Amino acid sequence: MSPRDAIMTNIRGALAAGGSDEARRKAVEARLSRPPKGVIPARGQLDDEARVELFCEMARRVTASVVRVRSHDRVPKAVSEYLRAKNLPSSIRIGDDRRLKSMPWDKFGSLEVRRGPSDGFDETGVSHALAGIAETGTVALASGKDNPTTINFLPEHHIVVVDAKDISGDLESVMGRVRKKFGKGEMPRTLNLITGPSRSGDIEQKIILGAHGPRAVHVIVVG
Amino acid sequence: MQITSPAFKQNARHALDDAQLQKALGNVRGGFIDKRQKAVDALPEFDALRDSARDIKNHTLENLDLYLEAYEKQVTAAGGHVHWAETAADARRIVLDICRMTNARTVTKGKSMITEEIELNDFLEAAGIQPIETDLGEYIIQLRGEHPSHIIAPAVHVNKEQVEADFRRVHNHLAPDRDLTEPETLLDEARRILRAKYFEADVGITGANFLVAETGSSIIVTNEGNGDLTQLLPRVHVVLASIEKIVPTLNDASQILRVLARSATGQDMSVYTTLSTGPKRNGDPDGPEQYHVILLDNGRSSMLGTEFQEMLRCIRCGACMNHCPVYHAIGGHAYGWVYPGPMGAVLTPALIGIDKGGHLPNASTFCGRCEAVCPMKIPLPKMMRHWREKEFERGLNPATQRYGLGIWAWFARRPWAYNLATSLGIPVLGMLGGRNRRFSWLPLAGGWTRHRDLPAPDSRTFRQQWRERDAIKQGALS
Amino acid sequence: MNATSDRPKVGLFVTCLVDLFRPVVGFAAVKLIEDAGCQVDVPMAQTCCGQPAYNSGDRADTRAIAENTIRAFEGFDYVVAPSGSCAGMLKKHYPALFKGDPAWEARAKAFSAKVHELVSFLVDVRGMDRVTAANAGAVTYHDSCSGLRELGIKGQPRALLSSMAGTEIREMRDPDVCCGFGGTFCVKYPDISNATVEQKTGCIEASGAKTLLAGDLGCLMNMAGKLKRQGSRVEARHVAEVLAGMTDTAPIGGKG
Repeated sequence: MSPRDAIMTNIRGALAAGGSDEARRKAVEARLSRPPKGVIPARGQLDDEARVELFCEMARRVTASVVRVRSHDRVPKAVSEYLRAKNLPSSIRIGDDRRLKSMPWDKFGSLEVRRGPSDGFDETGVSHALAGIAETGTVALASGKDNPTTINFLPEHHIVVVDAKDISGDLESVMGRVRKKFGKGEMPRTLNLITGPSRSGDIEQKIILGAHGPRAVHVIVVG
Repeated sequence: MQITSPAFKQNARHALDDAQLQKALGNVRGGFIDKRQKAVDALPEFDALRDSARDIKNHTLENLDLYLEAYEKQVTAAGGHVHWAETAADARRIVLDICRMTNARTVTKGKSMITEEIELNDFLEAAGIQPIETDLGEYIIQLRGEHPSHIIAPAVHVNKEQVEADFRRVHNHLAPDRDLTEPETLLDEARRILRAKYFEADVGITGANFLVAETGSSIIVTNEGNGDLTQLLPRVHVVLASIEKIVPTLNDASQILRVLARSATGQDMSVYTTLSTGPKRNGDPDGPEQYHVILLDNGRSSMLGTEFQEMLRCIRCGACMNHCPVYHAIGGHAYGWVYPGPMGAVLTPALIGIDKGGHLPNASTFCGRCEAVCPMKIPLPKMMRHWREKEFERGLNPATQRYGLGIWAWFARRPWAYNLATSLGIPVLGMLGGRNRRFSWLPLAGGWTRHRDLPAPDSRTFRQQWRERDAIKQGALS
Repeated sequence: MNATSDRPKVGLFVTCLVDLFRPVVGFAAVKLIEDAGCQVDVPMAQTCCGQPAYNSGDRADTRAIAENTIRAFEGFDYVVAPSGSCAGMLKKHYPALFKGDPAWEARAKAFSAKVHELVSFLVDVRGMDRVTAANAGAVTYHDSCSGLRELGIKGQPRALLSSMAGTEIREMRDPDVCCGFGGTFCVKYPDISNATVEQKTGCIEASGAKTLLAGDLGCLMNMAGKLKRQGSRVEARHVAEVLAGMTDTAPIGGKG
């Protein structure tokens, strides 16, 4: 018997008392095809503006910094202001994201824009998020050439652009968006849900930012 | 790792005498509890979410075979490989096969209790492959040649001075005047060393907090980002997870995530919640070329359908040990195997046998705080009691204890004998109590009087006095 | 006699520790239950709730003891115990012992439905909101684990203590953390138990209270025994003694 069959046989033996197989199969199929939503906290169930404000507030609470700009055109200015304020080199790393690529980076002549995945030598990376989650101040990022995952983890500073219209109240709604965007049951290789900068409390339970990932997360909300 | 659970009492004595450990345990008694309480208080739906999380896991366990099948199908569809391992040895062999296939020399590891359970590090080292722990706490204890003493804070038993000494011993490039006195500077040093390791490694191994049947995704929940670098940079990503980590859908995972971080660290959400599904896609500029999942049973399926099934709901948040007076007193190593605290007291006997793990379910005051904070509402004290019943049935508890209990129970079952014995015995004991009304020593009560006085009884039992009062009343009425 | 006939009949489950070590708690309980408009009797056929056997994994003896207890209290409207731990055993664990037993399950459930811990019975069932006793001075209250977590006893004793003139509750840090007693635990693992009770007595001392109160004699004997060993001047009493104004007897473990 293969290990798989042995394990399955054990499980089925143990579950023998638990109803007919047909009923179980139906219940499982139903859940997988129509995932129930469960308990959704009231916290994020707000109108558009209040939801975006909650997102900003929650992100700040997890020590991300947040700014809001009116349109995509304003993002480069916000990025260069961040670099200057943090005394960072005037250089960023971005992927192929259409929205990021079409931004007027050249208006800030001295700003070097490097493209592609991070090689570990970037001080600052910029990504465009798939969505934001207001209840926790979380950004959701999908892997791929548009926003390579290395940009989320290797640079010291991670700037995340998120469109206000993509900010949902709760995590389940974002899972719904993922299903819609990639197809039911399909996923990008990686979906990163990021809530503030990297940290560790492993030495004497004292929280320190910048463990292995970025020391700082800066969120730019567009719209 | 060597099982020292049978020597629990000696381990505990040793832990209580260890001044460094006692200092470090102060950090558990403080931070975790307050942070969790604040996070819970800020979410009115917390209890409803606990019910939801419990129901989701119960449903999953009742249909575990079907969800495993669905999960496997989805992993395969995404280009990943699923391996099944009945035992720890099987899982180790599969990991080694994957490493050999890819000519791996170094392996980075995200934090994973399952790899502790199967003793993967020693095994890989013996096979000439270097495992590198990348979680800060795991890295520290790897340098020290130790095992985790807490399931989410593996180095909670270590103080910063000890970490500095370890770094100076192993990182031999360090200048003597380099400041390594604070957690900040220590973390910087570890970050610098480990950053290079991620790039060198051929294989990255992580555990999983959840496996999602709907999509074939594995989910890890971390704060440092080491788990992400571990699975992102090497050519091969291996996920090692036990079969009960399955949840049906992304929504189900979301429900449980809400109670996980709050219960563990008091965060609303951990910094990194990462869903991984298969190897890198066509056109992806980064990510591993191979994605393997090893599904480990190692005794779980034998817990299904028994009084220990509910333990399989455990999501390893550590809240039970953070709130346990016994864990607070002795830390995690005294438990003598991988899983400490209340969850370990239930799980360990199931995995290593009640003959070896018997002390653990006994070493509880049944104060119930673990069950009260468990996000999955696992009745931990009840299951510890089940283990005591198994022990009792098999006659495994000490003879003196059985004998004493037997005598006591004989009287407790017979009110006439009980009344007779207590009405004779108590006055004697009461008289012996003397003017101080307490004993500082008493034969057969050494366990009590070693550390505290024993309050002495009155000269007569309540019931003797009540009967007399009743008799007087009756007399007055007639 | 007619005046008493419409009063609920309460059977006092004394608990073995009160019976053997501290009868005054039993008399205090009787007084408080009578003050709450009930008539009290003490069936002589009771012994122990069976918890030591139950928590040692000895189910057969536990069942036999439980059957004896259920029989002894079948004629009463309520069963009241001056202990959260014993009341928890009678109320929460007896039904589980007889689960699936056609002869006993219903009997056990009917019995458990009548069981209450003393102070919660006074407040929650009988609506008592004050007591006549007074002048307990500075007291601190330890929440015993079973009472707190199995029966939800937290506000009730504090409410009644607050109604007493000349009495001030000084909360200790972590009043809801176990004192390390745990029944047989404290003799099976004395070193661990000691470490836990030392934490507790530290909190008690730091509260500045003169008197330590709790609703369980086991925990009180443990804490009082440690306080005495440490030479503390804090006196320990069962909360019922203070609520009933029956504080003439020496505190648990004696004076000084």
